[in-house]
Amino acid sequence: MAKGRVEVREEFCKSCGLCVAACPKKVLRISDSINPRGYRPAEQFQDGCIACGICARTCPDVVLTVYRIDE
Amino acid sequence: MAKVLMKGTEAIAEAAIQAGCRYFYGYPITPQNEIPEHMSTRLPQIGGVYLQSESEVASINMLMGGAATGYRVMTTSSSPGISLMAEGMSYLAMGELPCVIVNISRAGPGLGGILPAQGDYFQATRNAGHGDYRILVLAPDTLQEAVDLVQDAFDLSQKYRTPVMLLADGFMGQMMEAVEIQERTIEEPKANAEWALGWRKERGGKRAVIYNLKLAPNDLEQRVGELQKKYEVIRQNEQRCERYRVDDAELVAVAYGTTSRMVRTAVDQLREEGLKVGMLRPISLWPYPVKHFSLPSSVRALLDVEMSSEFQMLEDVKLATECRLPVATCARWGGNAPSVSEIENKCRDLLNSSR
Amino acid sequence: MSETKVFGMTPTWRRDVHTHYCPGCTHGVAHRLVCEAIDELGIRDEAIGIAPVGCAVLIHQYMDLDFIEAAHGRAPAVAYGIKAVRPDKIVFTYQGDGDLASIGMGEIVHAVNRAWPLTVVFINNAIYGMTGGQMAPTTLLGQKATTCLSGRTAEANGYPVRMCELLATLEGPAYIERVALSKPQHILKAKAAIKKAFENQVNNKGFSFIEVLSTCPTNWGLRPVEACQWLEENMIPYYPLGVFKDFE
Repeated sequence: MAKGRVEVREEFCKSCGLCVAACPKKVLRISDSINPRGYRPAEQFQDGCIACGICARTCPDVVLTVYRIDE
Repeated sequence: MAKVLMKGTEAIAEAAIQAGCRYFYGYPITPQNEIPEHMSTRLPQIGGVYLQSESEVASINMLMGGAATGYRVMTTSSSPGISLMAEGMSYLAMGELPCVIVNISRAGPGLGGILPAQGDYFQATRNAGHGDYRILVLAPDTLQEAVDLVQDAFDLSQKYRTPVMLLADGFMGQMMEAVEIQERTIEEPKANAEWALGWRKERGGKRAVIYNLKLAPNDLEQRVGELQKKYEVIRQNEQRCERYRVDDAELVAVAYGTTSRMVRTAVDQLREEGLKVGMLRPISLWPYPVKHFSLPSSVRALLDVEMSSEFQMLEDVKLATECRLPVATCARWGGNAPSVSEIENKCRDLLNSSR
Repeated sequence: MSETKVFGMTPTWRRDVHTHYCPGCTHGVAHRLVCEAIDELGIRDEAIGIAPVGCAVLIHQYMDLDFIEAAHGRAPAVAYGIKAVRPDKIVFTYQGDGDLASIGMGEIVHAVNRAWPLTVVFINNAIYGMTGGQMAPTTLLGQKATTCLSGRTAEANGYPVRMCELLATLEGPAYIERVALSKPQHILKAKAAIKKAFENQVNNKGFSFIEVLSTCPTNWGLRPVEACQWLEENMIPYYPLGVFKDFE
């Protein structure tokens, strides 16, 4: 299975949590940090991303970029 | 083009085509139906499009879409239909979209009747729609002038990026006169590529947005302030009026459009009787031609002649003369027009009573 | 070791712009799908959008496209006005349910029936969002709104309008589909439908109408994830997903 990672444009995240709920591998969560607009952005907190892109397709704010790690 | 005998509505339609209008959005309503009929036949022959809307509400919004492309576009209607277009006119003004709207007006209020009246003066000159905006309003009294003014309307709408209305009543629409229609050369749509929709490539990949919403008060104040500056320029530069036998007059009748035809005849006949009567005929109803209201000291009174029970132009006459002169009224309404003899009698009475 | 971007921002989306939408509102998803469709079809220079009145009135801030703001409900008429002059352009409206199914019902029915090649993206979130949660023509029976605090009743307000079913009775339209944004599988289908609705116009194949079931967490009084759940459980049973008309 492919390995991947998720990059978050933290400044644009509104902490809605739709990506967290959508991730089939449960590698995302709402972080403890606070962005300039007062939201807690999503973050990838553990390995296991399979670069499926579902989180980014669910995000209403175009916050997420997904990379596949080619070995 | 040589002089030909044409019906008013058809002459207006053909004049619009010769002024470069290739896109027309219309909906049937009496007494202007010959305009959409003419357009639906002629435009497809010359590469244009006639689009029949489902309502005047749709017509004016189609017009907005067409105008936003930078091409010359027009819609026409009659009084109740113009009421439905009120919303759209406000949006067209805010978007600074050039277009021409023709009102072949009829008698109201409500469904009223299909015969001519001048009860749409307030609607035309005081803004049918909401908010701080103006549209130019031109009122012809002959078909030749209707032809010339509808063509001017296109030029003015482009010059100032504003809707322009031609206000002509059902008499003008339905009568026949000899007209000569000239073809005008135009610079659009290319000249509008800088701001209009659909020219992104020509702008080098830069997009265009036609805004209507400005939520922040400072933004909106600035935007409306820009409009206001434009309207001030129009107020200064676009006043039009005919002064007819005014120079030594003791009584001056004020009338526009169809009514001025009766007044002109009355003035000529009263002059033959030795009575010093003249006429001011506003051609631009907005801006009202206040500059042309400087009158000789011989003038003792004014007479406002209209086809309107509310004398809708009266307050503009008073404002234009700053209430320095008494203004009498002579009006018929409901589809009737003041007759020449009614106007003459009124003039004789006024001249006798002011001696 | 190297990396390949498998999913990122599509060029038509205007980067560095914060959307004004509430957290979890799926308008943003629908916007992105429109941008992706336009980029995948390579029609950014040709596309002209018409913004509605309602939450999506600021759509032009998020898409790098030519745009015009229409009056409430009148976007389809504006679209025809443009398409009459520029049949070479790809003209689309993006309208909410108050805009399209209430005040603009007349315009949309005639627009669909006239059947020129145009694209409409219709966002149905069963409520007036921007004005603060009033009852829409699409508000479900029993659903609470600020103008029906105890819930919509058929006696007082009639029944929620099913636009796809209504418009599919017309001879004119080429393509009508209802999609949803409440879970990833639905979003993938929504993407395909929106892309097809634009592709039809590129190929001059008539009027395409996509109804997008969308969430309004703020006015529904639900968290974003709960709102998706609510949509699944309440909206989809009344507004079934699927293709209602397809010329092919």
